[in-house]
Amino acid sequence: MAVKEKATVQKVKPAGKGGLERRNRYGILFCLPFVIAFLVFNIYPVFRTFQMSFLSYKGFGKETFVAFDNYVRAVKDPLFRDAFVNTLKMWGVNIVLQLGLALLLTVIFNDIKYRMRGLSIFRALFYLPNLIACTSVAFLFKTLLDWRFGSINQILMAAGIISSPINWLTGEGMTAQLVVGVVGAWMWFGNSFIMLMAGVQGIDKSYFEAATLDGAGRWQTFSQITMPLLRPIMLYVAVTSLIGGLQLFDLPYLLSGTKGEPGRSLYTAVFYIYDMAFNKNQMGYAAALAFVLFLIIAVFCGIAFKLMNQKED
Amino acid sequence: MSAEKVRSTSVKSLLYLFLILLSVLCFTPFWLMIVNATRSGNEIMTTFSLAPGASLAQNWEIVSENMNLGRGFLNSLFLAVCNTVLASYFSALTAYGLAYYKFPGAKVIFTALLVFMMVPSQLSMLGFYDLVNKMGLIDTYWPLILPSIASPATVFFLRQYILSVMPKAILEAPRIDGASELAIFHKIVLPIMAPGIATMAIGAFIGSWNSYLIPMLLINTPAKRPLPVMVAELSAVRDITTNLGATYLVVAVSAVPIMIAFCFFSKYIISGISAGSVKE
Repeated sequence: MAVKEKATVQKVKPAGKGGLERRNRYGILFCLPFVIAFLVFNIYPVFRTFQMSFLSYKGFGKETFVAFDNYVRAVKDPLFRDAFVNTLKMWGVNIVLQLGLALLLTVIFNDIKYRMRGLSIFRALFYLPNLIACTSVAFLFKTLLDWRFGSINQILMAAGIISSPINWLTGEGMTAQLVVGVVGAWMWFGNSFIMLMAGVQGIDKSYFEAATLDGAGRWQTFSQITMPLLRPIMLYVAVTSLIGGLQLFDLPYLLSGTKGEPGRSLYTAVFYIYDMAFNKNQMGYAAALAFVLFLIIAVFCGIAFKLMNQKED
Repeated sequence: MSAEKVRSTSVKSLLYLFLILLSVLCFTPFWLMIVNATRSGNEIMTTFSLAPGASLAQNWEIVSENMNLGRGFLNSLFLAVCNTVLASYFSALTAYGLAYYKFPGAKVIFTALLVFMMVPSQLSMLGFYDLVNKMGLIDTYWPLILPSIASPATVFFLRQYILSVMPKAILEAPRIDGASELAIFHKIVLPIMAPGIATMAIGAFIGSWNSYLIPMLLINTPAKRPLPVMVAELSAVRDITTNLGATYLVVAVSAVPIMIAFCFFSKYIISGISAGSVKE
């Protein structure tokens, strides 16, 4: 009798006290491979980078503790400052084009009156440049933008838009930085567009219907309804783009033929860190630079998150 | 009313024209890449064309004389498959463990992976290189493969996914039948998670296929290099850079497989990005 009752209780509550404890050990077991790999390959390297930032260290051999010397040097380093400003310039060009284009497309595809079709095809085409390896994109554009033999100058000359070839990647001033910004926007606007579309789909359709019924014009609907509701997701896109953008490396590194030329204008912050660590063998200093850059990114993100939360309340 | 309709139709046509132009802009560089891969270096330098040429075989010869592109392709494929399998399996296992079991530390693990998702990769890059160096694993594939066992973003996504698609009650029947916990994971949980895993797996594959910086730092032996590193080293191979047809061909070989895969999987890829944009 007593035995039978116990069995019924177990059936009704399979997560009984004893069973729960024993079974939950499997949870630990299932997470174990992840936790080990996470500690070894993710957590430890960050701590090691942090530790190295207080050392004079070549990447091999002797390690000498130098306290905050690396950080003091990082803050005063004019080359790092220039590299950071270059990064900001390229990111600025990039984000304005990328987000502007994505927003324009979002508005076009959400217009109640025109009801544009073919979203999935256009979306796929716009996303295509995202998928191709940055190295391939960089090499492709480097070849297409070649001053003498590049197809882009050939097209522009044949169409009569320019009379002499443009020095896209080797010219003076900001031309090369503009090219990086534009190529970056070309690569990533499809991604921003998809994220903004996902954001719009989260907006209740009845807002738009009510606005139309009330006789709101297109501009009014856009500025009074779409934009305010899209703001959190736009900030999210901008923040992720900022985190990615301040770490800009592959594209300028490869477009400039790994040298950061012309006139160091394509030399970015992460490029500088990379150069210090692996070409100049100043691992400790590079680690300090990485943390300075991280702090700058964290401050930017903190501001952006604050703005986001304000909006959501 | 009629005038309004005419106006509306013409605006709509203009909008389509804009979208088509933008699509052309997105696709033309790739088209030029494919076309130029089939034209000779001289043709490319002197004339511009949107139609393929007849020098594909010749370009391939120049490329294969100077670099082992097939080997690079296989290297990339091997790495991408390993990374995809490891990231998918272990992320699913971890996500399930975190979501359906209560144990001390589960919250800590979850918080740690959330925090880590926001840490920029350059913070771990130098320490990671130092670690690999000290373990004597430079120029091996281990440091390119093993870290994918811990893919925080994938775990996060799959945890949210499984919580939304699988009620806990599903686990009761097989448990009463005495199935082992791991068997339940393999036979019941994995199939339920499959669509979510597919989304993440494609992302993992593409990410691995395209990754450049870490393999470039860690792999020294030319024969072990994956495709993106080979492409980036192109400028050092004079026989290829002096022939633009061969240059385009190398780039095309690295890009076309992803373009073909995209034709089949675009739905999953795009739903993966949309999922990433939904906070919390």
